[in-house]
Amino acid sequence: MSGSWILSSLLVLPVIGAVCILALPSGDTEASKRNARWIALFATLITFVLSLVAWSQFDAALPGFQLIEDHAWFTSGIRYKIGVDGISMPFVLLTTLLMPISIAASWNIENRVKEYMIAFLALETLMIGVFVALDLVLFYLFFEGGLIPMFLIIGIWGHANRVYAAFKFFLYTFAGSVLMLLAIMAMYWTAGTTDITVLLHTAFDPKMQTWLWLAFFASFAVKMPMWPVHTWLPDAHVEAPTAGSVILAAILLKMGGYGFIRFSLPMFPDASLYFTPLVYALSVIAIIYTSLVALAQENMKKLIAYSSVAHMGFVTMGIFAANTQGVQGAMYLMISHGLVSGALFLCVGVVYDRMHSLEIASYGGLVQRMPLYAVAFMLFTMANVGLPGTSGFVGEFLTLIGAFRSNTWVAFFATTGVILSACYALYLYRRVVFGVIEKANLKTIVDLSPREIAILLPLGLLVLYYGVHPQPIIDASAASIDNLLRGFAQAVTATKTAGL
Amino acid sequence: MHETALSLPVVLPEAVLALGTLLLVLYGALRGERAYNLVTEVSVALLGIVFLIVVWKSRPMGITFYGAFADDPFTRFMSGLALIGSLVTLLLSLAFMRAERIGGFEYPVLILLSTLGMLMLISANDFIALYLGLELMSLALYVIAAYRRTDLRATEAGLKYFVLGALSSGMLLYGASLIYGYAGSVNFGDIAAAVHDHRSMGVLFGLVFVLAGLAFKISAVPFHMWTPDVYEGAPTPVTTFFASAPKIAAMAVLVRVAFSAFPGISADWRQILVFVSIASMALGAFAAIGQSNIKRLMAYSSIGHMGFALVGLTAGTVEGAQSVIVYMSIYVVMTLGTFAGILMMRRDGKAVETIADLAGLARTDPTMAFYLATMMFSLAGVPPLAGFFAKFYVFAAAIKAGLYGLSVIGVLASAVGAYYYIRIVKIMYIDDPAQAFDRRSAVASSVLALAAVLVLVFVFAPTLLTNAAMAAAQTLF
Repeated sequence: MSGSWILSSLLVLPVIGAVCILALPSGDTEASKRNARWIALFATLITFVLSLVAWSQFDAALPGFQLIEDHAWFTSGIRYKIGVDGISMPFVLLTTLLMPISIAASWNIENRVKEYMIAFLALETLMIGVFVALDLVLFYLFFEGGLIPMFLIIGIWGHANRVYAAFKFFLYTFAGSVLMLLAIMAMYWTAGTTDITVLLHTAFDPKMQTWLWLAFFASFAVKMPMWPVHTWLPDAHVEAPTAGSVILAAILLKMGGYGFIRFSLPMFPDASLYFTPLVYALSVIAIIYTSLVALAQENMKKLIAYSSVAHMGFVTMGIFAANTQGVQGAMYLMISHGLVSGALFLCVGVVYDRMHSLEIASYGGLVQRMPLYAVAFMLFTMANVGLPGTSGFVGEFLTLIGAFRSNTWVAFFATTGVILSACYALYLYRRVVFGVIEKANLKTIVDLSPREIAILLPLGLLVLYYGVHPQPIIDASAASIDNLLRGFAQAVTATKTAGL
Repeated sequence: MHETALSLPVVLPEAVLALGTLLLVLYGALRGERAYNLVTEVSVALLGIVFLIVVWKSRPMGITFYGAFADDPFTRFMSGLALIGSLVTLLLSLAFMRAERIGGFEYPVLILLSTLGMLMLISANDFIALYLGLELMSLALYVIAAYRRTDLRATEAGLKYFVLGALSSGMLLYGASLIYGYAGSVNFGDIAAAVHDHRSMGVLFGLVFVLAGLAFKISAVPFHMWTPDVYEGAPTPVTTFFASAPKIAAMAVLVRVAFSAFPGISADWRQILVFVSIASMALGAFAAIGQSNIKRLMAYSSIGHMGFALVGLTAGTVEGAQSVIVYMSIYVVMTLGTFAGILMMRRDGKAVETIADLAGLARTDPTMAFYLATMMFSLAGVPPLAGFFAKFYVFAAAIKAGLYGLSVIGVLASAVGAYYYIRIVKIMYIDDPAQAFDRRSAVASSVLALAAVLVLVFVFAPTLLTNAAMAAAQTLF
């Protein structure tokens, strides 16, 4: 197949960048710092361009996997197999888009720049790998491998309480994932392969499905994160450096949702149906409870972190509604949230760089000195609330429709979350941006620099574009999602017929 | 029985090693203390030659000495692995022993004798050969443990090891005699034939004792008490040795006894090993958390790793045997690399051993910190490093055998254990730097670097190891 090297090169390019940085002369000289930054930026930009090439070769009308590469690895059943379909392609693009932005947002990191850039480039390879892996073992490798760079990013370049947060992040996700590993092995022995394309068409015994589903759920629920295993996220967000928060919120959290769509729903349809009430309950609790918690936060990053948990509640609700609108909406919301939450953390980073405080109370009246910033922050806040015209609206709306078709009460309770999200987001915005400047040290704060504008502008444009014109993302994934749901419905009906 | 003219080629490695060792003893006795350097260097070369003989493909295989001695792919694989452990240990010892002024020609000779015991142990095909090999290995180990005889901790460690080791040898011998009494033979093949169809209480009794004796040698719970003290008290190269080669030999013989002598009552020994495995994994995970001495921490870590390796054995299948071999191979690389790192922890000419001494290593020596961090993540079992695949194989075998409870406990224990490994990474990367270490020794840093590279690149060519391990495992079935 033509262009069948392209996904591998997406995986290799960041590593090449990392190796180049490694080869730079050691020492914390200005020149070596500058070189490290530029190499990282170029590596991520080239990766982004290459991912656009992959996107151009990708035919969204086909439901199956494309751009497949398949090489011998462990055994005939465990292979190096990668490829994309309409569900994974948008995530790959999201990752490659946000990486150069994160690197640019880290321009003023002065401490151990080389290691920082290497960690981010390694992380990019591992994140892309998660979305393109077509083998469960390979998937697990990337899924877990990402913990190493992220642990270091939070632990080394984080804020005061970074060690605690880094450990919590690592141990929560690690403990959640090991059970999935056992499930992968059980699937291997049952199906004789860990090839995802084969497993998608393997009918597992319903009883076995229950266990497999739970094992995968343990991993994805932590990653997502769902209530009540979400507590690592606010800590990790608060302590991580700005770019770390961006990647965490925009991409790492999406791995959970991606896993539910890619594995739980199509591979374990009966168990998914069986556990839907559980997921609904947890989702609704997440939406309402964490929104309320967000209202009470005094730390900007913590507030956005809780709002992420609430939004992920919409995603899980949409996925397990298991109808077109629900799953489409979940996909859309994840992409949109990737852009919006990433941008929100960047906005927080902008003022943090100037004032070195994350407390809401340290700010107020920023609009007086930073009009551009106020506009950008307003746009992303509104997108976070789900205001029509922004990408956030489309996703939330679709997930709510999906849930409504499946369970009215769930949709009803979830809708209150929309109101609550408006409350905490606007409350945050008012306290930070509006009013008059009272704090003496804010009187000299300066507006967005050209670099910061360059970082926020593409995100802002995309949020608006996908807000008024959602079709591109929906078209990209429609064929794959329809295919998935058809298989789901058939499997569920088959089990029911067999049960009668 | 199987007696052929092949005897000599089959035992060629053991013969060469024995002869060479005796010559070195003679030379050392004549030359005295000054002989240390030369004897060590020649010992390294000798081990290298023996290694080459072991892996020499066209050398005939077979069972010889009236069934007492088996030379098959399994023997060769495990012997090669044990020899690598001994060889690297000796290389690492060279500079250390000289710096600590405890070099004597007895040290390399004892390592050689112990290695000879291991080779015999690994190829043992009846209980007498097993016991001979085990005792030759252990007696040398007792002396090495107390090698720094003026040091209180080392003597205590050696004495403790000796007393407990003698007890466990006694248990093993008692078990072997019971089995002989009830099965009518000491040969593994004959025992397998005898206890295939009927189960007698006497054989079971004997089996328990034999397993207890061997569990002591691999320091599996509940026979692990000696490990932390010996690891901490012995000079670091000796600890390196304890953690690598003898573990491989003892695990190899455990695998062979289980599969060759008692395939008929596998349900019984699997039951025992499930308990031993769970207890070792759990203790290894929890007890290491509170340690501040890195050698003591590595002792608990090795207890935990033996538990993980046993998971593969409890599966009782060919995949299980393969997974044990894979696990031990990766374990030995990680162990040798980590201990090479520990050997480089020297300040002002003195060895330092607490975890806190590693503080801020990423600033003072980024290369060493990177390699050590690789080792730690690999020991914790984080993909894509080799340590992950070691665990992957044993748990895959256990899942196939239906041991779900054991697997769940095992992976959770590995998640707990991850804490103390990444704590070391945290200390190296996040804490404020302590005073830099002395200049790294070339040998130790190349061992560490080589181990780290192996652990990193394993993912690209895993079949090199897994296929060889499979070939070795299949000879047991």
